[in-house]
Amino acid sequence: MAEIRIENLHKSFGDFVAVHDSNFVVKDGEFLALLGPSGCGKTTTLRMIAGLELPTDGAILLDGEDVTFNRASDRDIAFVFQLFALYPHMNVRKNIGFPLLAQGVASAEIKRRVEETARLLQIDHILDQPVSGLAGGDRQRVALGRAIVRRPKCFLMDEPLGTLDAEFRDVMVRELRELHTRIKATTVYVTHDQLEAMAMADKIAVMNKGVVEQFGTPQDIYNNPATLFVAAFIGSPAMNLIEFSGTLTAGDKSVTIGSATIAVPKIAETIAEGNRVLGVRPEHIRFENNSPIRGKIYQTEYLGTTQIVALEMFGSIVRARAASNIEFTVGETVGVTFDTERLSLFDADTGRAVKLNSLKDAAHV
Amino acid sequence: MSNVSLHNVSKAFGGKNAISGMSLDIADGEFVVLLGPTGAGKTTALRLIAGLEKADSGEIIIDGERVNSEAPSARDVAFVFQQYSLYPHLSVYENLAFPLRAPARKMAQSDIDTRVRQIAKMVRIDHKLENKSTKLSGGEMQRVAIGRALVRNPSIFLMDEPLSSLDAKLRGDLRLELKRIQSDIGATLLYVTHDQIEAMTMANRIGILSDGVLVQIGSPREIYEKPANLYVAQRLGQPHINILPPSLIPAQSLPPGTVHIGARTEHIAIETVSASKANGRIDWIEHLGDQNHLHLIAGDKKLISLADPFSPFKAGDAVHLSLKSPLCFDASGNRIV
Repeated sequence: MAEIRIENLHKSFGDFVAVHDSNFVVKDGEFLALLGPSGCGKTTTLRMIAGLELPTDGAILLDGEDVTFNRASDRDIAFVFQLFALYPHMNVRKNIGFPLLAQGVASAEIKRRVEETARLLQIDHILDQPVSGLAGGDRQRVALGRAIVRRPKCFLMDEPLGTLDAEFRDVMVRELRELHTRIKATTVYVTHDQLEAMAMADKIAVMNKGVVEQFGTPQDIYNNPATLFVAAFIGSPAMNLIEFSGTLTAGDKSVTIGSATIAVPKIAETIAEGNRVLGVRPEHIRFENNSPIRGKIYQTEYLGTTQIVALEMFGSIVRARAASNIEFTVGETVGVTFDTERLSLFDADTGRAVKLNSLKDAAHV
Repeated sequence: MSNVSLHNVSKAFGGKNAISGMSLDIADGEFVVLLGPTGAGKTTALRLIAGLEKADSGEIIIDGERVNSEAPSARDVAFVFQQYSLYPHLSVYENLAFPLRAPARKMAQSDIDTRVRQIAKMVRIDHKLENKSTKLSGGEMQRVAIGRALVRNPSIFLMDEPLSSLDAKLRGDLRLELKRIQSDIGATLLYVTHDQIEAMTMANRIGILSDGVLVQIGSPREIYEKPANLYVAQRLGQPHINILPPSLIPAQSLPPGTVHIGARTEHIAIETVSASKANGRIDWIEHLGDQNHLHLIAGDKKLISLADPFSPFKAGDAVHLSLKSPLCFDASGNRIV
């Protein structure tokens, strides 16, 4: 297994910059998710690591060795694609064993390793079935098996669950994470689905327009988004971004939006007059009748245990998550409070987060 | 707008039943969502109503008239597909106007114009009317596709996962808008999806499909709080409902014949206690995009519950678990009422 080191990686297609000066390290045994909307450069980055694209500039090191211009076949990595391309004329056993056969491994050894891999993925009971009749999930497990059987230095996966339906994707997310915990193979996983990234990854690199906007643990990215883009992209419903304008002064502990004064963590930098954004996650809004911060109920969405309450306030819609046993009437005016320590502030003119002395890293669920 | 009914409708493909004896009444102005995994028969149900498939048996009634043998064009339905198929060479305006320009309609130019502008405003695309339909973002294209269905004022709108190819944020926004538009114009709408959140948030009633059979139909709250059986209970709720043996966690009184217990977050009381009094522990806390999951271990079972963002639990804590009015199921998986 191996460490992947990306140094100043750059890729242009003509005038279009697909990946802009990326730097990150995937440690041995770590699971990294490259997360972003379509066109952000995540797949291009993955393909460069695999050797399917050559970078315009920069270096890729696999376990300390510079592999930037090595052929894909010389990199000892396994790639799992979104559309699991199985050999339709072979059965499950032959599909999984094929990479070993191609490497000239002895047949007794192939049998042993195929069976071991199949047990790991819990598909040992279908080894001798043709792949054509398999359900989507089993096909995906076979595709994974074919990648795992070689025991490569690392796995690269490009939206491997993208074609599965929502319910089944949840099951596979858990299986993939448990598989990773067992075999601890360095993994780079490309997805546009934040839930997959949050649920599986040790680290997430959030990409936008070819740039890695933030690199960190899921909790860090969730609690302390570095940019407005990250704040809006992570979370469902997304973080509420309430626009206002004003001057921020180091040491201040509140901001004024319209007629409301809202307590925030102590501001750690002074920024001149300009456009600002207050970031509030839906689960950090509480309903309190006598709070001076008022909003009008626009709509409620029942989700079972919880509900999403859309409020008209500050001239836009703010969404809050509340227990579903609280009853609201559309049109009624309610008071809310924000969980001060969990708030974020952004400078809308630069898109960057404003530095705060918050306690939210210390204690959170 | 009108009511649409299926009476005992069945449809098989090559000997395999896609829809078995489905009966369903959709009232005027109602938003019904059919929910089920791939292959449950959701799309077939829509296609039968639209006339894109012919029922083997049973009756399909639109607006009081049996339409089984009517061609799709004669059925007065509007279909929105997952892949927004717009006319790429036409502007947004012309895409929206297209259904109204059919010669059979004989609609006056000025009426078409009024209607197109009215609908464009409703689906919030009025600022891009002159754009080529290919020069739009995914969300805008889907709004045009929905708008093109809305201009016609059909008896029923049939929508086949129209939001599933969009990203999470856009999906959330359009969910809200679609529900608003539907209630504003009082449209009758049948919508199929495998996304339980779409079903829960938009539907007046949810129908749960399993292998071509309509297992239960009711309001989101009914389906969630009073599932008919284990299958239905496992379709809704994030995290997934925990299915437990009755002896695992203490509960006040279980009805006789309880073989499986279904426990969701609201059914599980968790208290931090000393190790000697504990009957479980916090395994780990999973940080997801929208909420945090508490993974618990009780006996040899793993449970998942939703973590309150303000709760003090941490991994490794010894806890005492108890059940508060959980769902109880008998040996055949039906809920004991």
